[in-house]
Amino acid sequence: MNATPLATSFLQSSSFLDVLYIIAFALFIQGLRGLSGPTTAVRGNRIAAVGMTIAVIATLLNSGEGNWGLIVLGVALGTAVGVPAARQVKMTAMPQMVALFNGVGGGAVFLISWSEFRLSDGYQGTATYIAIFSLFAAIVGSVSFWGSNIAFGKLQEIIPGRPISLGSAQQIVNLLLLILAVAAAVDIASGSHSEAIFIGMLVCAALLGNAVVFPIGGADMPVVISMLNAFTGLSAAATGIALNNPALIVAGMIVGASGSILTNLMAVAMNRSIPAIVAGGFGGGGAVEGASGAGEHAGTVRSTSAADAAIQLAYANRVMIVPGYGMAVAQAQHAVRELTKELEKRGVEVGFAIHPVAGRMPGHMNVLLAEADVPYDQLEEMEEANQEFGRTDVSLVIGANDVTNPAAKNTPSSPIYGMPILEVSNSHSVIVIKRSMNPGFAGIENELYYEPETTMLFGDAKSAVNEITAELAQL
Amino acid sequence: MLLASTLTTNLAILVLAGFIGFVVISKVPNTLHTPLMSGTNAIHGIVLLGGLLIVGLSGNGAFNKVILVIAIVFGTINVVGGFLVTDRMLEMFKTKPKAGGDKAGEEKKP
Repeated sequence: MNATPLATSFLQSSSFLDVLYIIAFALFIQGLRGLSGPTTAVRGNRIAAVGMTIAVIATLLNSGEGNWGLIVLGVALGTAVGVPAARQVKMTAMPQMVALFNGVGGGAVFLISWSEFRLSDGYQGTATYIAIFSLFAAIVGSVSFWGSNIAFGKLQEIIPGRPISLGSAQQIVNLLLLILAVAAAVDIASGSHSEAIFIGMLVCAALLGNAVVFPIGGADMPVVISMLNAFTGLSAAATGIALNNPALIVAGMIVGASGSILTNLMAVAMNRSIPAIVAGGFGGGGAVEGASGAGEHAGTVRSTSAADAAIQLAYANRVMIVPGYGMAVAQAQHAVRELTKELEKRGVEVGFAIHPVAGRMPGHMNVLLAEADVPYDQLEEMEEANQEFGRTDVSLVIGANDVTNPAAKNTPSSPIYGMPILEVSNSHSVIVIKRSMNPGFAGIENELYYEPETTMLFGDAKSAVNEITAELAQL
Repeated sequence: MLLASTLTTNLAILVLAGFIGFVVISKVPNTLHTPLMSGTNAIHGIVLLGGLLIVGLSGNGAFNKVILVIAIVFGTINVVGGFLVTDRMLEMFKTKPKAGGDKAGEEKKP
C-alpha cells in the first residue's frame, strides 16, 4: 500500500478498525437472520461471508509490517485444504465434515492461546482477566478440537461408532481431568509462568475431549456435534476478550448461543438431559441389560420381498416414508426420490416423516432429501407426521430404527423410554427396510419389527428401494 | 479507543451478543438445522483473526511462528470450508420448486 503517512495512520487507527469490525458483526447477525428461512438462507450465508472478509481485511490492515509471508502461507494452505474438502464432500458425509471444520476451529483457538502465553512469557505484564479468558479459551478449544476429531473418526467409521467407555469409572475420570485442567489454569493465572504447567493443562483438556466423546454412541451424535460447535464458539468469544477484539467476541458468542439452542433442541427431541448424554452413551451398562432382556422377544419377524412390497405400496392411497441413518449410509436418497415419483405417477400420496434426531446431525435427513429434490411440502415434522399415521396405508421405514421404537412409549424399563417417536405402528401396515436384525446404535431391540402389521425387507437401503421401484414399473 | 477498551465494555458486548444469538436463532425451522450449524461453524472460524493479529506482533520465536501458521491454516479451513459447504447445501434447498413437479430442479443439474 503506497499511502501517505497520514493515510496509513488513518487506516490503522483504532476507531476506523473498530468501525470495520462493527460492520462485520452487523453482517454476521443479518446473515444469521437470513438463515432462519429457506428462501433467504443462501443470501444470509453469503452476507455472513462478506462480513468475514471485511473482518479479515480490517485485521490485515492492523497487522502492520512483517510476517506477510507467514500469513500468505497459512491462508494459502488453509484454502488449499478447505476448498476441495467443501466442494467434494458428499451430502451423506456432512456430519463428519462439520465435525472436522469445527475441530480445526477449536484447534486454532487453543494454539492462539498457547502463542499468547509464550509471547508474554506466561502472561507477564498482562491483566489477570486477560490471562483467565485466554486460559478458558485454551481449555475449551482443546476439548473441542479433540472431541470433534473423535466425533469425525466415529462418523467416518475410522473408530467404532458404538460407545467405548471405562464404565462406571468414566465420570470420575472425566471429573478428575476437568479438575486438573482447571487447577493448572488457576496456577498460571495466579502468577506461575511455567510452560510445562500450560502444556499439562492442554494435555488434560485433550484427554477430556477424548474421554467425553468416546463413550457417546452414534445416535447421540446430533447432540454432541452441536454441543462441540457451541464450545468452539464460546472459546472464540473468550479469545476475543483476551485480544480485545469486538468482532471475535460477537461472532463467537452468537455461535455459542445458537449452538446451545440446537443442543438443547436435540436433547429435548430425545427426552434426555445433556449431562446424561455427556456422562456416557445410552447409560453404559444399563443399555446392555436392556438389550439382552429384549432379546428374548416372543414375537416372530415376517420378511417380505421387493415384489410384495411394491404391490402393497402400489395399492395404497397414502404412503409415509420414514428415513433414518441407514438411508444416509446407503446413499439411497436419490433412489428414494425415484420411488416416490413412481408412486405419485400411480396417484399415491407420499409424505416423509422426519424425526428431529434422525441421522447423525440436526436436520441431516432434510439435507439429503433436498439434495434429491424432494419438494418441501412433502416433509413433515414429527408432531405433524404423528397425526397423519392414522390415515396412512403403508409406512415405509428406510434405515430408521430407534426413532420408531414403540418401547419409548410402552416399556418403562427401556433406556429410550420417554423419547418422542414417530408412531409408525398407527398406520395400517409397516414395511421396514433394514440390513439385518442387528439392533441400532443404541443396542436396543425394536419391538416394531415383531408387531403383526410389520413386514421386513432385508437388504441395503439403496438396492432394496431400487428393486421396489423396478417391480413397481412392471406392475 | 472509543470501543471495547475495558473488561466491562467487552463483557457487555459478550452478554448482548449472547441475547442476540438466542433471539435470532430460536426461529430457525428443523429443516435448516444442518445448514445453520455449518454456517455458524464457519462464523466461529473468525478465530483466524487472532492468529493474524498475533503473528504480526514482534517477538515471535520460531516455534511460535509454527504454532501461529498452523492456527491460521486451521482458521482458514474453518472459514473457507465452512462457508462453501453451507452455500452448497443451501443451493440444494433453493432449487426446490413450490409446486408442479421438480422440472426446475432437474434442469439445473449439469
